[in-house]
Amino acid sequence: MATFKEFRNNVKPNWCPGCGDFSVQAAIQRAAAAVGLEPEQLAVISGIGCSGRISGYINAYGLHGIHGRALPIAQGVKLANRELTVIASGGDGDGFAIGMGHTVHAIRRNLDITYIVMDNQIYGLTKGQTSPRSAEGFKTKSTPEGSIENTLSPLEIALSAGATFVAQSFSSDIKQLTSLIEAGIKHKGFSFINVFSPCVTFNKINTYDWFKEHIVNLEQFPDYDPTSRVAAMNKIMETGGMLTGLIYQDRERQSYEELVPGFKEAALAKQDLTLSRDNFDKLLAEFK
Amino acid sequence: MISQLSWKIGGQQGEGVESTDRIFSTALNRLGYYLYGYRHFSSRIKGGHTNNKIRISTRPIRAISDDLDILAAFDQESIDLNAGELRAGGVVVADAKFSPQLPEGVNARLFAVPITAIAEELGTSLMKNMVASGASWALLGLPIEVLGRAVEEEFGRKGPAIVEKNVEAVRRGAEFVLEQAGGPLEEFQLEAADGKQKLFMIGNEALGLGAIAAGCRLMSAYPITPASEIMEYLIKKLPRFGGTVVQTEDEIAAATMAIGANYAGVRTMTASAGPGLSLMMEAIGLSGMTETPLVIIDTQRGGPSTGLPTKQEQSDLNALIYGTHGEIPKVVLAPSTIEECFYDMIEAFNVAEIYQVPVIVATDLQLSLGKQSCEPLDYDRIVIERGKLLAGELPPLEEHKLFKRYELTDDGVSPRVLPGAKNGIHHVTGVEHDQEGRPSEGAGNRKHMMEKRLRKLESLRIRDAVKADAPHETPDLAIVAMGSTGGTIDEARVRLEAEGITVNRVMVRQLHPFPSELLEPYLQSAKKVVVLENNATGQLANLIKQNIGYHGKIEHALKYDGTPFLPSEITKACKELSI
Repeated sequence: MATFKEFRNNVKPNWCPGCGDFSVQAAIQRAAAAVGLEPEQLAVISGIGCSGRISGYINAYGLHGIHGRALPIAQGVKLANRELTVIASGGDGDGFAIGMGHTVHAIRRNLDITYIVMDNQIYGLTKGQTSPRSAEGFKTKSTPEGSIENTLSPLEIALSAGATFVAQSFSSDIKQLTSLIEAGIKHKGFSFINVFSPCVTFNKINTYDWFKEHIVNLEQFPDYDPTSRVAAMNKIMETGGMLTGLIYQDRERQSYEELVPGFKEAALAKQDLTLSRDNFDKLLAEFK
Repeated sequence: MISQLSWKIGGQQGEGVESTDRIFSTALNRLGYYLYGYRHFSSRIKGGHTNNKIRISTRPIRAISDDLDILAAFDQESIDLNAGELRAGGVVVADAKFSPQLPEGVNARLFAVPITAIAEELGTSLMKNMVASGASWALLGLPIEVLGRAVEEEFGRKGPAIVEKNVEAVRRGAEFVLEQAGGPLEEFQLEAADGKQKLFMIGNEALGLGAIAAGCRLMSAYPITPASEIMEYLIKKLPRFGGTVVQTEDEIAAATMAIGANYAGVRTMTASAGPGLSLMMEAIGLSGMTETPLVIIDTQRGGPSTGLPTKQEQSDLNALIYGTHGEIPKVVLAPSTIEECFYDMIEAFNVAEIYQVPVIVATDLQLSLGKQSCEPLDYDRIVIERGKLLAGELPPLEEHKLFKRYELTDDGVSPRVLPGAKNGIHHVTGVEHDQEGRPSEGAGNRKHMMEKRLRKLESLRIRDAVKADAPHETPDLAIVAMGSTGGTIDEARVRLEAEGITVNRVMVRQLHPFPSELLEPYLQSAKKVVVLENNATGQLANLIKQNIGYHGKIEHALKYDGTPFLPSEITKACKELSI
């Protein structure tokens, strides 16, 4: 069985020193090893942005696609080969601005993939513009007088879109993050994990210290029931979305792959493409 | 006895026009006639005039006719709008309910049949379509039991009582009109057909069938006219082969999901029309840059923007060829017959995998939706080629080395492995990359990689990239076209030749990369070249001029009013241009 080191490669990330994304990368590598994967059994599909580069920093199959489209690509990979573990990842701009349509529909479609968003509340790679996750009043190069738009709540959106697995973590808490990614991979359906991953260069407000001060860990609430959607929604609203841990999980709902009529258990990619003469004749007969 | 005639059914959308046509033409197909259909419809579900026209012939036909022999009308509007198309001595079969009248100056016979009344008497006005089919059928003097059997098949699963009522509706319609007309109309007696049932389908079904034959097992798509029938056909068939169709949230997701699935090893396609293709452009660039196979069907319709969603046009060429930003290898094919729709899909999937490029198959609305007879399809022509896709075990990689997915090779095509393969790990990115797929912005690497990608298609020519029917060494005219217009050109050609104008017909089936050397001899040998296309700016003609030349010899014949060319229009245009 592969160790987490086998999920490393020798590529030096182009992230700034201190970037939260380093811990997310390490957590994915640890979780992949912990669930018993070999590197070739994992496909990491990422979007565009600083965090989108993550697929190149993990020793696994990786596809770095186009801005906002990590999820449809990842779903295509999973449909083609159910034997692969598929992780989609990207930033808050990728997932909640340009790719929001895909995020909502991937959640409701519920294919068995894990989606990890590195949420830093800012556009980093384009050097500091506002994001859908930026707080109102947040000053950036594109909002010099402060953002006047509402902040998007991805957790509420995920729940209302019918998510079967919703979690949130903080890149400083690598232990919690690793265990949530493990749980996400094991979850039979779409797992949505939002990770506060501070941008040390362009976001001087939502810093590591700011998060430590503002977030609450669900462990503080021993009675919290993550199988209750109502409790989950209440807790998200009570905490202003600043909570970490497993927020909601529905273990009953079957994944998309299981619900598709006639969809093969084995990887579609491994099946014979040949159409038999008999089947060909049957198909033609319908047009006579 | 005649060898061909045209019949049209008109009414309000949702009134049974489609089903009347279906029953009538299914029965004709049983008798072995060749059929070619045209649908006039609008972007709405109920209401508004709609009509379906079918050409019936004892010989293969691939075009609508200039005129009309029989018009079946559910309302006065259908008569007012279509009677002008009737040839002198034509026939109108209309519902007596609205006291039908022929417009002034129309030389035709009118039979008022109580279509609604008979249907209602038998239980429901829904059976109007059966009464109308029966009346039309009877005038042709064709055996009524053949139509009855088609009705039985249509309603068989609804039980014998329903079948019986519908057959009775057909019979009553036939009886009534025969009494009025004093028997079948002599001038409409068709010569017997060969009795062999033909395949009878729309182009979109042929494309779907071709995709299955090609090994396509997944489709991701977003509904749009006139492409939706492709996904509707495949969602019924693919589960039988372990696959499925995913209806995505938009065309961007459709194209990128197809890229993901092709990357992971399943032949996957999407299909759309102009507006959807516009949304897919960035994904097509990703496919080209990452050398991931991708097959897209573009069923062209009237543009720009929402344009004429239910009308004929061939105006996407420029967008398909030049649409993506940057420069990628890309293939654009244009089948020109229903049989080619089938075979070209097999070729499209093979080319996409052999060259690791995006392939766009461009049809037009008439080819995609016109229901027509199809020659027998040849099972032995189904050959699947996957190019440099590696199967089996791979040698171990050196430490920190990745599989060279983008290895520089003479033909530009690199070996490909699928995710899941041991020792095959590599990176894939839309960023410029090195041979292992890792991002690399170095000038030297960039140059090598651009050249590698672009040289892949240097020699690509699909089967019959240019398909010519060229009996003349130095014809007066070479008519060059693409898509569904080929059949109409054939009819016009007979008329032109009868007037002493010699014509070669040339269909361009590979639009990109442009097969200049295959087309040029036909341009050279002709005294004049007419490029015939359904768009306003002459996109195909310009493509020819840009790639080959002959600016002084090429004449544009354009039609962009939303309707396909008629044989008479081509004849007239060519006569004028050949002077």
